[in-house]
Amino acid sequence: MTPESLLPLLLGIAWLLPLASFAMLWIGFSLPFLAGKRPGYGVQKGAAYIAIGAIGSSFVLSLISLIIWLAYHPIAADAHGHAGSIAYSGDFYSWISIGDLHLTIGYYIDALTVAMFTVVTLISTCVHVYSMGYMHEELHDVTDHEVATHGGEFLHRAGRYHRFYQYLSLFSFSMLGLLIAGSLGMVFMFWELVGICSYFLIGFYFERRSASNAANKAFIVNRVGDFGMLIGLMALWSSLGTLQFGDTPAEQGMFSKLRPAAHHHELAPAAMVGESATHESPAHEMANESAHADSEESSEGQPGYLLLFVGGVGIFCGCVGKSAQFPLHTWLPDAMEGPTPVSALVHSATMVAAGVYLVGRCYPIFVPEALLVIATVGAITLFLAATVAITAYDIKRVLAFSTISQLGYMMLALGLGGWLAGLFHLVTHAFFKSLLFLCSGSVIHAVHTNDMRQMGGLRHKMPWTAYTMLVGCLAIIGAGFPMWGWGLSGYFSKDSIIEQAWSFSIASPSPTYSLLLWLPLISAAITACYMFRLWYMTFTGEPANIEKYEHAHESPRSMVAPLVLLATLAVVAGWSIPFTGGLSLPAVLEQARPAGTLETTSGHWLTGLTIPDEHMSHAPEIKEPAGWAAFGCALGGLLLATMTYVWRWLRAEEVQDSFAPIHRLLSNGWWFDQIYDWMFVKTALLKSKFFAGIDRYVIDPLANGIARTLTVLAKLLDRVVDRGAVDGSLNGLASQTWNLGNSLHRLQTGRLRQYVLFLVLGTLGLFVAASLCWKYALAG
Amino acid sequence: MMLLASLLTEPIGVSHYMVVGAVLFTCGVICMATKRNALGVLMGIELVLNGANVNLVALGSPYLRGSEGSLGLDGQLMAMFVIVLAAAEAAVALAIALNFYNSLGSIDIDRADDLKG
Repeated sequence: MTPESLLPLLLGIAWLLPLASFAMLWIGFSLPFLAGKRPGYGVQKGAAYIAIGAIGSSFVLSLISLIIWLAYHPIAADAHGHAGSIAYSGDFYSWISIGDLHLTIGYYIDALTVAMFTVVTLISTCVHVYSMGYMHEELHDVTDHEVATHGGEFLHRAGRYHRFYQYLSLFSFSMLGLLIAGSLGMVFMFWELVGICSYFLIGFYFERRSASNAANKAFIVNRVGDFGMLIGLMALWSSLGTLQFGDTPAEQGMFSKLRPAAHHHELAPAAMVGESATHESPAHEMANESAHADSEESSEGQPGYLLLFVGGVGIFCGCVGKSAQFPLHTWLPDAMEGPTPVSALVHSATMVAAGVYLVGRCYPIFVPEALLVIATVGAITLFLAATVAITAYDIKRVLAFSTISQLGYMMLALGLGGWLAGLFHLVTHAFFKSLLFLCSGSVIHAVHTNDMRQMGGLRHKMPWTAYTMLVGCLAIIGAGFPMWGWGLSGYFSKDSIIEQAWSFSIASPSPTYSLLLWLPLISAAITACYMFRLWYMTFTGEPANIEKYEHAHESPRSMVAPLVLLATLAVVAGWSIPFTGGLSLPAVLEQARPAGTLETTSGHWLTGLTIPDEHMSHAPEIKEPAGWAAFGCALGGLLLATMTYVWRWLRAEEVQDSFAPIHRLLSNGWWFDQIYDWMFVKTALLKSKFFAGIDRYVIDPLANGIARTLTVLAKLLDRVVDRGAVDGSLNGLASQTWNLGNSLHRLQTGRLRQYVLFLVLGTLGLFVAASLCWKYALAG
Repeated sequence: MMLLASLLTEPIGVSHYMVVGAVLFTCGVICMATKRNALGVLMGIELVLNGANVNLVALGSPYLRGSEGSLGLDGQLMAMFVIVLAAAEAAVALAIALNFYNSLGSIDIDRADDLKG
């Protein structure tokens, strides 16, 4: 067995297992539930075991795949991806084939896929296990204290334990499908599946108005991004004729069309034109060849460049929606309405990771200008979200904005050419963000509130949660020692992002571009500040609410165990494993680096734009100052938080008051919801009011007028024709007959002699008339 | 008048019988129209019927019209029917007249106007 046949098999099974679990839960639990036969709550526990078994097996299979991968593709000390990545692609199943359009359920497996599979299944398994403890309330009938019924009582409903696990399974399946997808078409399918699963899970407590609103918001905001993505897909498909990532025996994939090996994997926008020419000219072979020949001198002058830009930015639009980037970030904080384990999954490994993953996966198709768009959006997002996080009091909202901010870092890194830095941060962030969320879930589970002002001093009550969360906080701020090159996982990934930004600001010296360095640095300080603000407020100091503090207790083992595992990973994920010849996460990811993305490239339209080679950021003259700067910023933020919340040199309320307008701006999330409300909702309402007005005051009167005229006309017709002509004539006839009868009855005298006389006279009359007529008839 | 006058000069034929029939008929009609006595009216009816019988027999007789113009015995047969019916009618009419007399004490038909319109 070669990895070429083994890996698709293993990963394919790992991918389908959650689907099987979903189907089993549906048939075993949801169908009887729908039929009114509720399975006993003891039985419902089985749902958790099925789902955990499935995702756990997926994790084992993914891990085996990773080991197989590493066994067949050992990490070479200097394998810096110049030869291009090793990837296996093919089709599981051919779905639709119409003309040029081939939609297949295919796979594209490289080191990134394998690594992401392992990470996603691992975190998903942790979340599954954790949920057993967290969701135990759903095992009984639940009284939801946040929903009041019409009777003024709280809503009482059946527990939905099995449904939660059903959705989780489908969610994992969708995300894995997205990872294994062999073409952008399949990516889009699973993209939407992930979206619908998040809709289900965010709206899990759908009786709560806020939850169903949040679910709708997440879904609708994502549609906006997906619209852009569809445009990108169309641009790519119509000009390249394929959405396949890799080459299959049947056809060439996108990547090798756009970055032909013959041109040293340089981006060849001419390929886009060449393919669209095939639809017009029968001599497309020649056109293709000449296009390739031309691409040497004038490849960037082709209209293909614009198409490529549109395709890249379009795909990025989809990622903006999924990964909650500015300006579509507003759904993510609201998504906190779902159960906390879901937040952990959505925020670390599935939904939001999908966007970053897709940018990384489609990296070969981005032109430098598209990368600049990505970087700019990322920089704005990371700063914006960090500033909002610092004012939030809801523990989960702090983490939500922190996620947005960290995703901004990933996008920034990808946009500035740091392919590895971005994806590395995606993986390490997945570990510590899921850890942080599960810890916050543990806290919420203990004190039954999200408000950090109600907490405090909890480290005495729940030490496991407190210290694993401390690890998570240290990891997210990138704690480490630049002197020794040692730190937690976040230290490595975040520093490599800062290094790349530093390197970019040297390569493209311009005051505007330097913002792309300053914003992440400032935000690093803010990150440290708000993360430790969160930790101090929750776990240190005096208990703010004695009653809740007394009630608090450490969470059950099924919840603590995942925390410990994730905390361990959050510490070590960035390290290289000793005695394996430099085996480490970045080294594995490096194997998947798309061919040709490690060159320094310049913009075609923006000539001042230079995206530097990622390896240049490892040079000591960049690495050292960047590392110290990041360290200084994080330390500064940490000190600020400590001063405020531990030493109390600064009083948070006073600071708040003296910067009241800014505080109001930040705590309202830069008014984004309000702006959108004003821009879209209000205008839509205004427009609909206007059209309703037209409806009511123009169309309705018109219709009513016509109706009224018709009524009058009908009445007139009724009176004139029906009553007058028809009825009148009939009545007239009747009365005439009546009168005739009346007048004729006088003839009935009853005198026999008269009758005889009449008879005779009548006969005579008839005789005369007949003989006259007879005569004339004969004469005629 | 010329027509009637020419009858006097012609040998006896159908026309003469028909004149007699017409006279009888007219007499009968006048009798019916003028008599107030029910029995008088009945007599008028008999006259009318027999006027018609004369016509029928005359028109049906081969001696009067020649064999080619004859209707065979049809006329005589019709006349027989008329006589029979007249007898029956007379019987019925007499019964009516008796009842009439019983209820009104007279047979003046002008008093029988109960059915007037």
